Amino acid sequence: MRRLAIALAAAAALAAGTLQASAERLITSISRHQVLVSSNFTGTSIVLFGTIEPDTPTARRRAATYNLVAVVSGPKQTTVTRRKERVLGIWTNADSRTFVGVPSYLAVLANRAIPDIASADLLRRLQIGFDNTVLPQQIGADVGDVARDDPFRANFIRLKRQQGLYMEVTNGVTFLTPTVFRAGIPLPAGTPVGNYDVTVRVFADGNQLAQANSAFEVVKVGFEQFIAGAAHDYGLLYGIATAIMAIFTGWLASVMFRKD
Amino acid sequence: MQIYLPIAELPVNIFLVLAMGLAIGFISGMFGIGGGFLMTPLLIFIGIAPAVAVASVASHIAASSCSGALNYWRRNAVDLALALMLLAGGILGTAVGVWLFTMLRALGQLDLTIGVSYVVLLTSVGALMINESVRAIVRQQQGLVAAPRRGGTHTWVHGLPLKMRFKRSKIYVSAIPVWLIGFVIGFVGAIMGIGGGFLLVPMLIYFLRVPTATVIGTSMVLTLITMASATVMHAATNQLVDAVLALILMIGGVVGAQFGTRAGQNMRGERLRLLLGLLVLAVGLRFAYQLVIQPEDLYSIRMLGGA
Repeated sequence: MRRLAIALAAAAALAAGTLQASAERLITSISRHQVLVSSNFTGTSIVLFGTIEPDTPTARRRAATYNLVAVVSGPKQTTVTRRKERVLGIWTNADSRTFVGVPSYLAVLANRAIPDIASADLLRRLQIGFDNTVLPQQIGADVGDVARDDPFRANFIRLKRQQGLYMEVTNGVTFLTPTVFRAGIPLPAGTPVGNYDVTVRVFADGNQLAQANSAFEVVKVGFEQFIAGAAHDYGLLYGIATAIMAIFTGWLASVMFRKD
Repeated sequence: MQIYLPIAELPVNIFLVLAMGLAIGFISGMFGIGGGFLMTPLLIFIGIAPAVAVASVASHIAASSCSGALNYWRRNAVDLALALMLLAGGILGTAVGVWLFTMLRALGQLDLTIGVSYVVLLTSVGALMINESVRAIVRQQQGLVAAPRRGGTHTWVHGLPLKMRFKRSKIYVSAIPVWLIGFVIGFVGAIMGIGGGFLLVPMLIYFLRVPTATVIGTSMVLTLITMASATVMHAATNQLVDAVLALILMIGGVVGAQFGTRAGQNMRGERLRLLLGLLVLAVGLRFAYQLVIQPEDLYSIRMLGGA
């Protein structure tokens, strides 16, 4: 009877693409829920770890085939991608595309090559991998994603990868035992401040078995927070203070170096 | 030693930035220019967003020109009346420049305009300065006395009405060319994001015959006023001034400016102009090279803001 129920659930899941009444429980935790950016911040990394608990004997048997994908998505940003072209013998920014509300940081960590984990259709639906992530562009008055081989899209991803803000790591998740895993999330020096969403998904035989969500935030603290806050909230005063600081520094130097 | 910049949102090497401030400060003190046209590209080169670089450089220039201006002030080498008259024209020029800036951006031709105007301006000003100073040096070596500046030498500039006497500079000229020069500096500054000191100094010398003794001090006072107000405006409108970056640059800048000022005063005027001419021309050619040679990366990305 129980097997039948699982079989029915599996059939339902195949139809729906995801397994709702899953036989696996996914428990995850991250090493820090807050990354503090202070004046000596030069990048860091946080660790995601977790365990997959198979509840049924059937589930236990397929434990060896678990695949895991963790997607870390940073605060949304609007970014312009420009292309230089030769105009009258001069290289200048000619064409451009505006990417609206795209993740400023995107890490796709998996334990194997992403196409091997699930069907292309399912991966696209779950937005796993750069090719499947929706990167909406401003097209006239509308906003929409374009073909995957669009040069602006490809170069946007390439430049973000160069900055260390986008990454697709196929050995980013390590299974310590067939059910216990860990993954390092590298945060480079230029990591944007804001909220980060972590979505972890377990797959077996091309189906999603379980999903867990988590989050962390990157915040400025102390002096950094004070300066950024003052610049943002009291722009005029901040500007006047900076100008006075400039004049004072100049005056101090001219007094200190005075010869007569 | 790395330090995280709160507005630029990235860590930089504190000694590298200090050294950059020192070097540009030295040049700035020596020639009486702000040095923004050198510092801004340097900051962009080490990875700081262009908008933050332009805004923070303004306060750095204010500091080093303040330090330099005070040195000249003590030697009575500042013509405050002339500086204020230039400023009057400068404010109008800035307003027109900002208007054109907005219009060009709407037409999508801003980058090209900025690139080409950098090249045209820097190479032509540099070439003119080199030409003039080399001639002066050659004349001197041939033993000819360089045509002394006599009260009687008049050009068309001196025929204009609205004459004013600038006592410190010992000149008696029409206010119109003074305003016009101020206007051009303000206009160019708004479009190209530079203080314009490297343009102002030769213009004052060639058009108004301001003596070398007061020209640099006066230019520094004008730069101080425009850059201090630019700092306040950038901070109030875009919140892009990075005070930590500015402070590191300033400390390097003011110290460098002190040594630069001394080095400049121990050098002959025409030698100084030749050096500045070479520097300006070199930067201009560097920009020209960048425009003509195919860039390594045709694509670039720039963040506009949160969504």
